Amino acid sequence: MQLLVNGESINLNDGVSLAALLQQLGYTGETFAVAVNGDFVPRATYDATTMNAGDQLDIVAPVVGG
Amino acid sequence: MMDTLKLYGKAFDSRLLVGTALYPSPAVMRESVHASGSQIITLSLRRQNPEQQQGKMIWDYIQESGCQLLPNTAGCKTPKEVIALAEMSREIFATDWLKLEVIGDDYNLQPDPYGLIEAARELVKRGFNVLPYCTDDLVVCRKLLDVGCEVLMPWGSPIGTGRGLMNKYNLQTLRERLPDVPLIIDAGIGAPSQAGEAMEMGFDAVLLNTAIAKAQNPVLMAQAFKLAIESGRAARNAGLMLKRQTASPSTPTLDMPFWQQTVTVGENA
Repeated sequence: MQLLVNGESINLNDGVSLAALLQQLGYTGETFAVAVNGDFVPRATYDATTMNAGDQLDIVAPVVGG
Repeated sequence: MMDTLKLYGKAFDSRLLVGTALYPSPAVMRESVHASGSQIITLSLRRQNPEQQQGKMIWDYIQESGCQLLPNTAGCKTPKEVIALAEMSREIFATDWLKLEVIGDDYNLQPDPYGLIEAARELVKRGFNVLPYCTDDLVVCRKLLDVGCEVLMPWGSPIGTGRGLMNKYNLQTLRERLPDVPLIIDAGIGAPSQAGEAMEMGFDAVLLNTAIAKAQNPVLMAQAFKLAIESGRAARNAGLMLKRQTASPSTPTLDMPFWQQTVTVGENA
């Protein structure tokens, strides 16, 4: 199935958890946060969150700001 | 006498809040923030791939800065975007503090008052300490207080313009009508004199970024703003004189030499 990660299309097997996807993409540590389809997903629920076709993920990290 | 700035139950000695963006290098940013004496710094969140290093750089800085972090929702245009970004910020930065931005116009980055109030209401319910970047409209400011904001951050002028206090009448009105609310001038400050003026008008603090970051010597400019804000605050506390229309000599006029009463000698009065 296809989904969008930070605006880029990727292919993924069905039934993959958010935790597994993040690991596969190389996100480690705790300096990022995730929203799926515009809704915040708490870190504690990554394992229980299953990805679906067409999901749009936003993975953000700290940047400078004004 | 301690003259501390109190925001959401925390006390600060510095009345200058600074942004961390637009500096020529991370090293200059760190040195400038230090020189400013600021105890509150703004940051943000953006999409990032694992191999990008900016996240780590800013994270390392956060760990060592000792400052109160004030994550912003810059660029958000709807309450839904704001809520999601706010929750992500709280998880990463481990703080309930939030500089709320809901932008209603791309051209002058003017806050959307309706979105601002709606977002603020929900964020307060979720336990955030909301510091809204708002316009200088008294009624909008009152509504933001009504939904639970304890601090307001009216603009001086649009972000990055450096035009200073654009509408002093509105700003003065806010200060006079909301005497007990911490009011921070946020955005549009271009020169230390403008920041000093805001403090003399009775604003509690100033938040700025571009004026320091884009100076030819950001570290020196950070010091200049620190001094101007301390000076303006001291002037406010001291009580400014009233303006007059006509001149009034400051040197005593009594016993002025060379002056004689115009009396004609020898003339019978």
